[in-house]
Amino acid sequence: MSSWVADGWLADGWLAGAAVSSDFFRDRSGGGCIQENKLFCPDWAINNLDRYSDPTLQHLVLVVSAVAAGFVIAFSLAVLAHRHRFLSSPFLAATGVLYTIPSISFFFLLLPITGRGAVTAIIALTAFTLQIIFRNMTTGLRNVPPEVTEAARGVGLTATQVLWKVEIPLAMPEIIAGLRIATVSTVALATLAVFANGGGLGAEIVTGSNITFKTGIIIAGSIAILMAIVFDALLLLTGRLLAPWKRVAL
Amino acid sequence: MSAGPPAQTAQDDDPGDRPSGNQSTATPVKYEEVSKRYPGTDSDAVHELSLEVPAGEICVLVGPSGCGKTTAMRMVNRTVEMTSGDILIGDRSVRQGDAAELRREIGYVIQQIGLFPHRTIAENIGTVPGLLGWSRAEIEQRVEALLKLIDLNPEFGDRYPSQLSGGQQQRVGVARALAVDPPVMLMDEPFGAIDPINRSRLQNEFLRLQAELRKTVLFVTHDVDEAIKMGDRIAILRKGGEVAQFATPTELLMEPADDFVEDFVGADRALKRLALMRVSDASLWKAQICRAGDPTGPVRTDLASAEVPHALLVDAESKPVGWLSERDLAAEQVPARPDSPADPLIDADSILRDGLATLLQSGSRYAPVVDGRGHLTGILSVEIISEFLSSGEATESDLAAVERPHE
Repeated sequence: MSSWVADGWLADGWLAGAAVSSDFFRDRSGGGCIQENKLFCPDWAINNLDRYSDPTLQHLVLVVSAVAAGFVIAFSLAVLAHRHRFLSSPFLAATGVLYTIPSISFFFLLLPITGRGAVTAIIALTAFTLQIIFRNMTTGLRNVPPEVTEAARGVGLTATQVLWKVEIPLAMPEIIAGLRIATVSTVALATLAVFANGGGLGAEIVTGSNITFKTGIIIAGSIAILMAIVFDALLLLTGRLLAPWKRVAL
Repeated sequence: MSAGPPAQTAQDDDPGDRPSGNQSTATPVKYEEVSKRYPGTDSDAVHELSLEVPAGEICVLVGPSGCGKTTAMRMVNRTVEMTSGDILIGDRSVRQGDAAELRREIGYVIQQIGLFPHRTIAENIGTVPGLLGWSRAEIEQRVEALLKLIDLNPEFGDRYPSQLSGGQQQRVGVARALAVDPPVMLMDEPFGAIDPINRSRLQNEFLRLQAELRKTVLFVTHDVDEAIKMGDRIAILRKGGEVAQFATPTELLMEPADDFVEDFVGADRALKRLALMRVSDASLWKAQICRAGDPTGPVRTDLASAEVPHALLVDAESKPVGWLSERDLAAEQVPARPDSPADPLIDADSILRDGLATLLQSGSRYAPVVDGRGHLTGILSVEIISEFLSSGEATESDLAAVERPHE
């Protein structure tokens, strides 16, 4: 497994900056820590931190593109299903199926079509976000109090205006909640992109797990966790800004 | 309560100070053999309804549940589309043109209020002006005027609906409906979800507004008492949206058209007539008033011959402060703080029935009546009400009253 990963890296231009397993220990000494095989090796971490900048960037690109694409698709599906209720079940079933396909098999299923690389990874990751975002948004739209839409219609908003001025703004807390779950799980799932040769922090984790030396895995894993937390906090903040009425003191 | 003249003068003294170009005069609403059949049913929810609501009047549609009153009302702004027939506002059919545009010209208030929770009060009120493309300044000015009209502190403009009480929210609902000064308003059980005390206050407030604005109002309720209180005219509907009787409240109480109407109006018709009269219409007693610091001597002398056996202390603005007790009168001068408070106070605009309820609740035989600004206008007593009930105007036995010309 590790050999095709390494081959893939070399072949793939945008991954060229990533370290290659062969020089993992040669150039950047971690001092005696490596010989002692401690769980975490601070000296090595400081000396090697720069090697994580590219994988982190790739990881960001994977997550942001997947969630953005997932949001656009799921949003459109939810709006359609809201207008035409009969579409709701088929959409839910379809996104459900995509959600349940194990990620690694998804990569392999896509390989013959889209080849190895970031695109394959992003397609698979996007597919995973659909169910969460769609389900939350439809719930949000359904939870809009009927008297509010009735009043909106009654005072003269058109159907489109009711949707964009009333229903979607009111569903915003649920939409953002869905985005938060989708984003955090995509940050985690994107570490598997390495199996589609998609780069990201997963590359460092897979490389690191070839040997007993764990510091690399810990650093890559920590960056992923940190990324998830930052995204979550940003979305939380966005949600608050978009739903000021939810914050008022009663 | 009177079916006054159509509102050609309402604009001039309207405190709403609306931007020019949006003036409207009240317009009659006419149902012409309107029917509605919902898909999948084998009888009409509303069957060939014909009704004419004169301009500037409140017409209450009342009836048991399932009588089609809400359906009948909602066909006016096409939130329910009629199956056949036509409804004219003025001489224009509601069927002409776009439904959304039509609705912007018709005020709409519903029981659940339906304020937009994500919009501030000001934004809620400014909804329709916004849809019609008014400028920001115009909308701001109009919102300010409407907040004043519904007696809400201008600070509330920046709040969200969840920060207001139910009564305040319903006022905002009314203000939103009035935003572009529509000639016609539809009100679907507007006060149905409000507690009884606030409901009666909101009803009074709305009647006060209506006296000024003179809209043509279609008002749906299932509550006969509310219908009698609010309506210039009442249409009692039976199942299938058929009009059992279309009459003024007085006619309805004096001369129910048939058993259905009589049943619906209820056995306590005599008592219901208390809803036909406002407290201010009754011949109130004159209060023996005094002010803090007055010598008590003359007060005591006057009390001997007064209708009310106690003297009422009022402040400089003639707002009631409290009743003087024997002990208060024993002093040289009238004290600033008498022994018993003036409560309860009765709103001069409330109907006699509510005035009686207030008296009975407080256990007192009389209470001060105050106008909208809190100034004393007289004293209401249980005797006044019982006199009214036993007078020819209200007794059930005296059905000769029916014979008098209507209006």
